Amino acid sequence: MMKAMYQNMLGGRSGMIGLLILAAIIFLVLPLGLDLFRLNLVGKYLTYAFVAVSLVLLWGYGGILSLGQGIFFGLGGYCMAMFLKLEASDPESTKIQTTPGIPDFMDWNQLTALPWFWEPFHSLTFTLIAILAVPTLFAFIIGYAMFKRRVGGVYFAIITQVIALILTILIVGQQGYTGGVNGITDLKTLMGWDIRTDSAKYILYFINGALLIAVILVSRVILGSKFGMLMLAMRDKEERVRFSGYDVADFKIFVFCLAAMISAIGGAMFTLQVGFMSPTFVGIVPSIEMVIFAAVGGRMSLIGAVYGALLVNYGKTVFSESYPELWLFLMGGLFIAVVMFFPNGLAGIYDKYEKKLFTRKPRKGSASAMSSRTLSDPQPGPVRDAASPPAKGMGISNQPVN
Amino acid sequence: MSNNTDFILSIEDLTVSFDGFKAVDMVNLYVDKNELRVIIGPNGAGKTTLLDLICGKTKATSGSIKFKGKELTKLAEHSIVRSGVGRKFQTPSIYENLSVFQNLEMSFPRGRSVFGCLTFRRTTDVIDRVHEVAEQVMLKDSLYLEEAGLLSHGQKQWLEIGMLLMQDPELLMLDEPVAGMSVKEREQTAVLLNKISQNRSVVVIEHDMEFVKRIAHKVTVLHQGKVLMEGKMDKVQSDPRVVEVYLGH
Repeated sequence: MMKAMYQNMLGGRSGMIGLLILAAIIFLVLPLGLDLFRLNLVGKYLTYAFVAVSLVLLWGYGGILSLGQGIFFGLGGYCMAMFLKLEASDPESTKIQTTPGIPDFMDWNQLTALPWFWEPFHSLTFTLIAILAVPTLFAFIIGYAMFKRRVGGVYFAIITQVIALILTILIVGQQGYTGGVNGITDLKTLMGWDIRTDSAKYILYFINGALLIAVILVSRVILGSKFGMLMLAMRDKEERVRFSGYDVADFKIFVFCLAAMISAIGGAMFTLQVGFMSPTFVGIVPSIEMVIFAAVGGRMSLIGAVYGALLVNYGKTVFSESYPELWLFLMGGLFIAVVMFFPNGLAGIYDKYEKKLFTRKPRKGSASAMSSRTLSDPQPGPVRDAASPPAKGMGISNQPVN
Repeated sequence: MSNNTDFILSIEDLTVSFDGFKAVDMVNLYVDKNELRVIIGPNGAGKTTLLDLICGKTKATSGSIKFKGKELTKLAEHSIVRSGVGRKFQTPSIYENLSVFQNLEMSFPRGRSVFGCLTFRRTTDVIDRVHEVAEQVMLKDSLYLEEAGLLSHGQKQWLEIGMLLMQDPELLMLDEPVAGMSVKEREQTAVLLNKISQNRSVVVIEHDMEFVKRIAHKVTVLHQGKVLMEGKMDKVQSDPRVVEVYLGH
C-alpha cells in the first residue's frame, strides 16, 4: 500500500520529471537568479499557487467552480496575522496607547480590552490549528448547506462570490476588531524571530516552496486514488454516481473543505512573507484572479496551476508598473482567450507538444501517412494494449496526475 | 390479504403529482422474487416516472413502496441503491472518459464513503469480479478500452447493465435496455436478461414487443398513470383495451 502511494505521489515518469523541474525552479533557479526583493515577490506569487492548486482539485477535477477561494486564503492569512499582531503589540512597544498591550488599530477605535476571540491567538499552537481548522470548518458549513441541497454550477459560483463580498464588508466594517480596510499591518516577529530580515525572508521562501510541493504530493495521492476517479465520474455523470450508491454531496463537501485548507496554508504563508493581511485579498477580484491563475496554468494540472500563478502574477507586476489601468482588461482578455482556445491551459499545450515530440515518432516507410494522422488526430489511439491490464493496488487511475 | 413480505417489491396506492398532473395515479404493483416483469404502455403513461419513484429520483406524493418490507419513499437515492436496488437509465449513462474497466470498478460495492474511496485498493477480488461481469455482458474484449465513450451504442447499454450487475442488486430496473440496438444485439440482450433474472428480480420498460415476448414472465400495462391490466404476455396482447390504447397504433 505504501509503495502504491509513493507511485501516485511521483505520478509516473512524466509526473516525476515535471515535479523535479518545478522543484529545481523554486529551490535553485529562482533563488540564485533573483535578488531578494524579486524573490520575495515570487514567494508571494507562490502563496497564490496554493489557491490555484486547490482550484485544480475543486474546479478541474471536481467540476465545482468556486469564485470565493479568497475567503479561505484570507481566513488563513488573518489567523496568522492575528497571532503576529498580538506578538507585535506587547505592552512595552504600545505604551503610548490609551490601552497598552492591544493592537494599535483597536486603540484607535476606542477599544479598551482585547476582544474574546483574539485571546486564543496568543498561542502559536492554537494559531496553527486555527489556520487549518477555521477555513475548513467554514467551508464545511457552506458546503453542507449547498451540496446537500444540490446547489451547484453557476448558483454555487455566485453564492461563493457573495460570501466573499460579505466577508470583505464585514472585515472593513468591523474596523475595531479586524483592522478594517487597512488590514492587520506592522507585523514584526514570530516567537521572537524577526520575519523582516533578509535571512528570514529566504527561510520563509523555502518553507513556502516545500509546503507547496508537499501539497502537490498529497493532492496527487488523492487524485490517484479511487476518489480522483470518482470526481471525474461525478463531473461527467452525477446521477449515475448517485445511483451507484455514492452520496455525491459528501464527496463535494470533502473536496471543498480540502481546497479551503490548502488555500488557507497559502494565506498564512502570504502573511508571513508579505508582512500584512488586508481585505483586498479576500474579496471578489482576488478570488476571480485566482481562478484565472488555475485556468491559465491548466485546470487539470497541479503543476501547471503553479506556473499559471507565477506567470500571470509576473505579467501583472510588469504591466501594472507601466500600464496599471490596462491590466484588468488584459487579464479579462487572457481569461477569455484561455477558456476559448486552450481549455487545458499551459499544461494542455505542453502535453500536446510533449506527445508529438516523444511518443509519436512515425515509423520509417509510413512516415507521411502517420504524420498526417498525427496532425488531424491529436487524441491518442483509444485501444490500450490488452496485454497490460490495470495493476493491483491504490494507483487505479490510468493517467498519471501531473 | 396477501402477505407483503412474499414480494420483493410491493407498491401500494402510489401517486405522484406534478402541479396537479398525476403522472402516476394510485398504482399498485407487486413483483415476486426472481421475477422478470415488463412494463409497457404508450408514451407518457408514467413508466419512467414509476422507476424514478422506486429509485428515489422523484419523491412520491403519497402511497408506499416497500422493498423487502422496507419503505423506500423516504430514503435518499444512495441508501436505496445500497439496500439492493439498481437502476439503468433510458439513455446509456456511463462515464465516457473513464476506461471500461474503471466504469465497472466504480460500481463495485465497496469504498462508497469518502474515506473508503481514499483507501480503496484494487484487490484481486475486484479484478476478478470486473472480469466476471465483463464476460457476462459481452465486453471482455473491450475491457481495456481507455474511453468508454468510444463503445458502440449497444455496448454502452451493456456496460451500464454490467455496472448494475457489479452492485449485485436484488432488484434490477432497466429503462429501455434494447433501444438503439441491432437485431443481433437484441437477441444477445434477451439471453443476457434471461440469465441475470435467474437469481434476482428484474423490472424492464420496453417498447419492442418481440423482445418483450422473449423475456417477460408477466407484463404490466400502464396508461395515463394507472395500471390498465396485468398478466401473461398472450393475455395482454389479446386484450381489447390494450390494443386500443397501445398496441393498435
